[in-house]
Amino acid sequence: MSKPAIEVKGLRKKFGNHVVLNGIDLSVPSGTVYALLGPNGAGKTTLIHILSTLVAADEGSVRVSGYDVVTDKLQVKQSISLTGQFAAVDDALTGEENLRMICRLSGLTALESRVRADELLQHFDLTGAAKKRVKTYSGGMRRRLDLAISLVTSRPVLFLDEPTTGLDTISRRALWEIILQLKEQGITVFLTTQYLEEADQLADKISVIADGRIVATGTPGELKARLGGEVIELYNEDENLIEAFPTTGSIQDISRALNELILKVPQETKVRIRKPSMDDVFLALTAKKSTQELEGAFS
Amino acid sequence: MTTHRPITKLTPFWVTNAVFIGRSLRLSMRNTEALLMAILLPVMLMLLFTYVFGGALDPSGNYVNYVVPGIILLCAGFGSASTAVDVAHDMTNGIIDRFRTMPIRSLSVVTGHVVASLTRNLLATAVVIGVALSVGFRPSANALEWLAALGMIVLFILTFTWLFAAIGLMTGSPSAASGYGFILLFLPYLSSAFVQTNTMPSWLQGVANHQPITPVIESIRGLLTGTPIQDNAWWAIGWCSILLLISIVWCLIAFQRKAGRR
Repeated sequence: MSKPAIEVKGLRKKFGNHVVLNGIDLSVPSGTVYALLGPNGAGKTTLIHILSTLVAADEGSVRVSGYDVVTDKLQVKQSISLTGQFAAVDDALTGEENLRMICRLSGLTALESRVRADELLQHFDLTGAAKKRVKTYSGGMRRRLDLAISLVTSRPVLFLDEPTTGLDTISRRALWEIILQLKEQGITVFLTTQYLEEADQLADKISVIADGRIVATGTPGELKARLGGEVIELYNEDENLIEAFPTTGSIQDISRALNELILKVPQETKVRIRKPSMDDVFLALTAKKSTQELEGAFS
Repeated sequence: MTTHRPITKLTPFWVTNAVFIGRSLRLSMRNTEALLMAILLPVMLMLLFTYVFGGALDPSGNYVNYVVPGIILLCAGFGSASTAVDVAHDMTNGIIDRFRTMPIRSLSVVTGHVVASLTRNLLATAVVIGVALSVGFRPSANALEWLAALGMIVLFILTFTWLFAAIGLMTGSPSAASGYGFILLFLPYLSSAFVQTNTMPSWLQGVANHQPITPVIESIRGLLTGTPIQDNAWWAIGWCSILLLISIVWCLIAFQRKAGRR
């Protein structure tokens, strides 16, 4: 394997007294999709901003395509493309005008820009809306245009900050398709997401981030094995959720957990079993609850 | 679909500027309400001052000749104030992040807004002068004086546009930018734009005579209608140049600071 597309070592960032990133290390091999999974406020966007030269870190080093984001800023900018959390498009311009503008800014001639814009509009299924102003676009169309703009010149590394937040299922799947195609073309994709399913579908490797720290890294398979399968939820008589308890999902583990729990909670306690959510992931990875702690919740 | 194009340097400065100027002009043209406001408001104010207040302020009916230079400046103020909103909008809606991760000098995005503001304002000024001529404005200026007046107007517009751009960069949101801009728009009323300063209470005269707008107005008025200019032209050029310089430097600093803070 060649040198990693992104390499981060000992990264720290504070805003005032608030520690946003507290020692991040990660390495993304070229041509892979890497997902940073975490809740709001975990530091995902700040990390993307540092990787894409927008914000300077307090400590640590970042290399993108082998270039240092502080000393070789220009080379980094020539290697990357960023699609931010909010579609960065001009509402008053048409889709075509938006694309051509970025083409020109990227150094293409007027003629090349026209050809490239048409090509991208077609590929992202926006030809019909090309001459319409972006403010008339749906959320999915805006996202597709945003992504198309990021691909005006083929940069080896693409950053996507929560690419599908706020989209409906169909638009989300369409975007996933596009991201997987990009990977096939050899582009390294670094994306953030709040959705376990999204990371699972797209990523070769996932890092889970919480409170500015990476709490787990692995392939989707490895993580799922660690995060377990089903969650046991305990409810009191009034149907209020008392506690959620992660298990591996195997019949053995669920029965073991129930056997332990039955000794510690009131007999009227009701049980439901469901798929793990993001909350459970963080619970499982950050707070490591034990059955002993549970006893307190019912006393 | 991949057409690999290795890019090894910054996109040429003039291309970046041309693209951003084109963008801002397009945005201006499509923001019809703002464009109409920038043109119609000064025209209405001029008609108001000429027909409603004019008789009381100068019973000889000559007030239109006095007030037009002031209206031109007021109009420039209104027109450039929207630059603060435009710039603040760009800084908050995420598009600036895209520009800043591209190999370009992203401050050009502000230059684009400045040139668009200059264009809008000169257009509005032309309309104001046109309407003024039709309601009895009789300038005495020769071609050279017109040119000098135009130069002064351009300098004033650029100064205030850069100032508003800096305000737009400093403030957190378009609506805040619009609020701060509004305060500055009171300056023309505290000048010799509508009445001679010697009719004001003496403490106010001190303010009116020593703020940048009065010498600019007196210079334009002198050039267009032949009133004495005295040293006002130098004061006007001095004020504008210093403010312009401060505003541009302020923009550069504010742009950098915004960059590091997110």
